Amino acid sequence: MADLESKFFGDLYNKPLPVIDPLTKPFWDNARQNQLAVQSCNACGHLHIPPTPVCPSCLSKDLIWKQVRGRGTLLSWVVFHRAYWPGFDADVPYQVCLVQLEEGPIIVSNLVSTADRDVAVGKPVRVIFDRVTEQVTLPKFILA
Amino acid sequence: MLSFAELKNRVAIIGVGNTAYGSFPETDEYGLGAEAFGKAVDDCGISKSQIDGLLTCRAPDYTRMGEVLGIDPRWTLTLPGHGRMSAMAIIEAALALVTGRAEYVALIYTNIGRSRRMKYGGDEFPGFWDPWGFTSPGAANALMFRRHMALYGTTTRQLAEVSVAFRYHAGLNPGAVMRKSITIEDHENAPLIVAPLRLLDYCLINDGAISLIMTTADRAKDLRQPPVLIAGVGAQDNFRNSSIPIFGIDFWYDSLKKAGDESYAMAGIERSDVDALMCYDHFSPAALFALEGLGYCPRGEAGPFVEGGTLKLGGKLPMNTDGGHLSNSYMQGWALNIEAVRQLRGECGERQIPKCEVVQFIIGSACTRSIIYTNG
Repeated sequence: MADLESKFFGDLYNKPLPVIDPLTKPFWDNARQNQLAVQSCNACGHLHIPPTPVCPSCLSKDLIWKQVRGRGTLLSWVVFHRAYWPGFDADVPYQVCLVQLEEGPIIVSNLVSTADRDVAVGKPVRVIFDRVTEQVTLPKFILA
Repeated sequence: MLSFAELKNRVAIIGVGNTAYGSFPETDEYGLGAEAFGKAVDDCGISKSQIDGLLTCRAPDYTRMGEVLGIDPRWTLTLPGHGRMSAMAIIEAALALVTGRAEYVALIYTNIGRSRRMKYGGDEFPGFWDPWGFTSPGAANALMFRRHMALYGTTTRQLAEVSVAFRYHAGLNPGAVMRKSITIEDHENAPLIVAPLRLLDYCLINDGAISLIMTTADRAKDLRQPPVLIAGVGAQDNFRNSSIPIFGIDFWYDSLKKAGDESYAMAGIERSDVDALMCYDHFSPAALFALEGLGYCPRGEAGPFVEGGTLKLGGKLPMNTDGGHLSNSYMQGWALNIEAVRQLRGECGERQIPKCEVVQFIIGSACTRSIIYTNG
């Protein structure tokens, strides 16, 4: 399977891919199903992303994943004019945004299909899904 | 229990030394560290054999550092090569001195990042957000500054005042790397790196090393240099919600306020007593955030506060008189601490602050620290 993937995607997609380990796998599994999910503590209800081995609020190990609506508010955004990985050479300048989800957690992502002049801190945004490889779908955002 | 505040004026910086800053691929961390150490030892006039405490930062191996220096301390500590470690190191050394773990501590920071082609982003620092192309401390500061612009109306022209003031100081510092004068227009026209930040908002990665020698105030009398005393210290860390490295959603406001207030109270001084502020300026917005958190201006008003040369020598609050990380060199806070010492000794030549008696070092970060230095 891995060989097949690299045949299809290896030469096409050369941006950094996530480290998918037991901790982060549910996030990426959800994303492949076009769902945005965050870690949720069964003991105290704390929601957060990226995932942690115990709840950072109450230290419970009883953590599950909760799908969220994928709507939020733009907290900030920047435009990369420098590519720190060769895979982004063709993309610069590209936007990166900081979004606070309705449910609370803050997530870093890309703001797509948006002209700079339309972007403003405080604007509502919603998630879309960008399937970049067979294994990996990146949740990204557009203005809502 | 002993209160930390009782340590006011009990510990002194007695020697400082630094290498030139630049590209030195012919040497390594140990060569640079040894040069700075030798200068610091000469500066205070004690014998190398008296040094019984060693703190290293960013040296790959403290045992090799000790071997190169030819010392056998009875107290050794090494800290990771993170920018926020300078004041933390000085505080730990002070504790070792007042508790008798050591009589003379040498602190050595050594960095060969330029020759190693460090770029502070990409695969050097893998993170959860890499797949979206988000990386680098500069980008985190760009996120913070964009938000500051939106919340408070701060402008990039106001931000430029920081870079312009520090470059002016670098022009008065023969050891600074970037000395050519710049204007607000130069800042506005510099290449964008991660917008809204431009090249002149970024610090300078160079090779170099810094050393300080510290001892107790009673031992510091009658040495080659007048002692510079640690009058106040304040600290507050922020590790919760730190999944974005070097990003503080509140511009580190709460921790800057807490650390600053703690240090002023311990030193028994007011902000108006501070003759110069040495502010950790990995990126220019850090200077604005520090001014607000420390209360030199109201929250959200650092932009107007710095207009018109406030931070320049002769201005209301001279900041980073050596040129700072932006124009002297990115020595991760260490050079700013030895600049504080040199200002208090009155040995800064053209960039000397007249009648300099109180200097504050501040870093707003995941580990926020404030130190108040005086000349006793």
